[in-house]
Amino acid sequence: MPLLRTLIFILGSLLPALAPVQAQGDLAGLRPLIDALARGGFKETEAQVGALAATGNPAVAPALEALAEGNLYERKSDGAVVIAVKAGRDMARDMALTDPLSGAALGEAASRDLAKIKVNNSLRRVIRSALGALTLMAKDPAVRRQAAEAVFKARDAEAVEALDEAIAAETDAGVRRLMEQARAAAVLASDRAEDEKRAAVDVLAARGDRDALSLLIGLSASAEGALRDAADTAVTRINKSLVMWDAAQNVWYGLSLGSVLLLAAIGLAITFGVMGVINMAHGEMVMIGAYVTFVVQEVIRGSAPGLFDYSLLIALPLAFLVAGAVGIGIERGIIRFLYGRPLETLLATWGLSLILQQAVRSLFGPTNREVGNPSFMSGAFDIGQLTITYNRMWIVVFALVVFAGLILVLKKTSFGLSMRAVTQNRRMAASMGIRTPWIDAFTFGLGSGIAGIAGVALSQIDNVSPNLGQGYIIDSFMVVVFGGVGNLWGTLVGAITLGVVNKFLEPYAGAVLGKILVLVFIILFIQKRPRGLFALKGRAVEA
Amino acid sequence: MTSFLFRALDRRAGLFLAVLLAITIAVPALNLLVPPSSPFHVPTYAVTLMGKYLTYALLALSVDLVWGYCGILSLGHGAFFALGGYAMGMYLMRQIGSRGVYGDPLLPDFMVFLNWKELPWYWHGFDMFWFAALMVLVVPGVLAFVFGWFAFRSRVTGVYLSIITQALTYALLLAFFRNDMGFGGNNGLTDFKDILGFSIQADTTRAGLFAASGIALMLCFLVCRAVTRSKLGKVLVAVRDAESRARFLGYRVEHYKLFVWTLSAMMAGLAGALYVPQVGIINPGEFAPANSIEAVIWVAVGGRGTLVGPVIGAVAVNFGKTWFTAALPDVWLFALGGLFVVVTLFLPRGIVGTLGQGWSALRQRRASAAAEAGADEPPSLPPNSPAATAAPKPAGPTPVKVPAGAEPQPAE
Repeated sequence: MPLLRTLIFILGSLLPALAPVQAQGDLAGLRPLIDALARGGFKETEAQVGALAATGNPAVAPALEALAEGNLYERKSDGAVVIAVKAGRDMARDMALTDPLSGAALGEAASRDLAKIKVNNSLRRVIRSALGALTLMAKDPAVRRQAAEAVFKARDAEAVEALDEAIAAETDAGVRRLMEQARAAAVLASDRAEDEKRAAVDVLAARGDRDALSLLIGLSASAEGALRDAADTAVTRINKSLVMWDAAQNVWYGLSLGSVLLLAAIGLAITFGVMGVINMAHGEMVMIGAYVTFVVQEVIRGSAPGLFDYSLLIALPLAFLVAGAVGIGIERGIIRFLYGRPLETLLATWGLSLILQQAVRSLFGPTNREVGNPSFMSGAFDIGQLTITYNRMWIVVFALVVFAGLILVLKKTSFGLSMRAVTQNRRMAASMGIRTPWIDAFTFGLGSGIAGIAGVALSQIDNVSPNLGQGYIIDSFMVVVFGGVGNLWGTLVGAITLGVVNKFLEPYAGAVLGKILVLVFIILFIQKRPRGLFALKGRAVEA
Repeated sequence: MTSFLFRALDRRAGLFLAVLLAITIAVPALNLLVPPSSPFHVPTYAVTLMGKYLTYALLALSVDLVWGYCGILSLGHGAFFALGGYAMGMYLMRQIGSRGVYGDPLLPDFMVFLNWKELPWYWHGFDMFWFAALMVLVVPGVLAFVFGWFAFRSRVTGVYLSIITQALTYALLLAFFRNDMGFGGNNGLTDFKDILGFSIQADTTRAGLFAASGIALMLCFLVCRAVTRSKLGKVLVAVRDAESRARFLGYRVEHYKLFVWTLSAMMAGLAGALYVPQVGIINPGEFAPANSIEAVIWVAVGGRGTLVGPVIGAVAVNFGKTWFTAALPDVWLFALGGLFVVVTLFLPRGIVGTLGQGWSALRQRRASAAAEAGADEPPSLPPNSPAATAAPKPAGPTPVKVPAGAEPQPAE
């Protein structure tokens, strides 16, 4: 009896949650009804089952299940009804008893002290529909939803009546749709009339997911005539829509990967694209941001666990400040002596990245550090056939917010104005009274700080280890070079394009080969447009 | 004046070659002929270690040829090194024959393990040494030629070229990690037994490989010297210092670059081929971009634009690495990173360049005092001549003049 068992399983998993609400008040009232099961013949028992079902209380389900399975007994000594299964040393005679309502163990008894409550087939049918009605008509819509899903999976032909009743009483449109689909699955498993089955096929075709697809493929293999044709059409229809959903899924994964690339590359777009400094230590700025998150979470765990959900919000400004300060230090200490010699900034910052990695390794150890997900970052939800996890969704949102914020800073603040002035015409800017060395330092600091907050986001989806930054540096350069140096919009488009292209290649080529193809594609692309997708034009770029 | 300079140059190169020759002969001799009890005995592990340094020196020399003389900063020369290494590794793999763990006479162990039924086509021919030796040069050469043909023709220069060379080696790294590439995946090729019929573990073979590395280094040094001292070399330097001016003068810049780039890749492949039998393994880790960047720092430390510098840099840095990683393993990355920063900030010409600069300044002062001829040097002498290293701007791919506003400049 697969349906019964699944239903009982659901109830079992839900009972602990429901128990506190109903146990105290109702259990006492249910007890006489349960005990009444033992009295009289089949007719009386059937009436009692109806009475139990009428309470609509899921707590009676275990008793009904035990009754259907033939495990419900009356204890001769006091007339109490108990669930008993064979147990103990002497399997033939000893029985382990449990209370049918609370599920508490009642010790053991010899089988001669118990009287079995007899059931016949018609009684079993009554019990089953009562059980289905109990869960399908539970008060909590989540319980009903789960019950309907379980019935759908179980495909039990005998569940149709229970479902009909439940559908008639259902108020929630979403749950009703699920119940109708479950009913359709049940109808297909039954020996009902063909036109009813045709209607069921339509319902399943509307559901359109892989479960429905496998059901319909099974049907088209076994059925004949018009029904088979209907099933075949439905299968083609579902396949078509699944292809669309797959494409949508790829786009979403691509967006998600692209936003990660964008986060990693956007700081580099400033230091490399705007300042012309090849910062090989950029990845280490990302790593610093991730470690700031780790430290913040450690402090919160130690002193104020209630703030854990806010840990990322606390870490964001801190990561920006720490990474930004390190960046300013690097600019003042090293980069400013190397302006106009990009290849040498590459070497010096590569050395620096080695030092920073080793420093982090000495401080925090070489192993991965665990950064937790706050509650709003965990879990997932569905749109159609798409499953979207919250952490990926928030990272996409976050990347776009960072991007928009950066554009605003560059376009709307006086610092942004000075920064653009200095990069466009340093001498003119200097003669207008802009302190160019400080603008350089703060620009570099801004790029590094953004890398730091990218690290906070990436700590949620990647291992926080001293090598974190190394994994992103090549990808980041590819994004910036592909998008076009000195153009933030190019970085956005480049990151999203590379992410989406990568995810579309993956199903055909595999993850690694897809990545290789993307790299080769970029190498070839640079041949065609050596300055990227959105190249700056004019003499100024010929540096 | 000029002939005097060339004599000095000859003397320096001659001295270097003589030292190298002496080492090439002495180390194997001290290993094989002197009894282990003697204080002059060189233990076998030291021979292997020094042999490894020599192959690194050869790699550095090849990087210097393109970077120091032509201004192409390759961050992917490790790819050519590793390809040469794989070509040699495939030969060594075939030499194992049926002595592998699975005893298959034809298939290497990892293929048996992965249930391959027959040797993939690209493994054919690697049972012959001459073929493998040819492939050591041809495979990196062809890759470099194709890559360079695309890159130089469309005038990808400077930083962009550096970054796509890095992408190249990274793509190869990912590719060679795949098991179905047929190169042993993650584990690479290892467990070698013989080379040319000699056991690879034997002291004599080790000494022979060391000598081969020394000879290869000397030959490549001579080749590089011939290239850089020829008219071709002068054009290369002109390209390095002012590419568009060289183009305006009618030189097909991309042909010069392509030639020297391919030559350099073949030298790197040779270095890799000598490296593999000495360390006994080749795996995809050799493609890691970090390795290629490390090779660049050997050149920078030694002095780019000089042929002796990279050799000295490679040996010195690797000796330091061996020592540090044994004595103070945690400090090594600090030391290497610090070296990068210090060299770029304070020694832009490297050890040899800086020494040569002081030396030639002294020379020049004396020379001009003796013969007060207006000894204005032409701008593009071979840069390993003292006069060029004494030029006010450091040798290397630095733009001669930065247009105002295009690049941020140091605050004055």
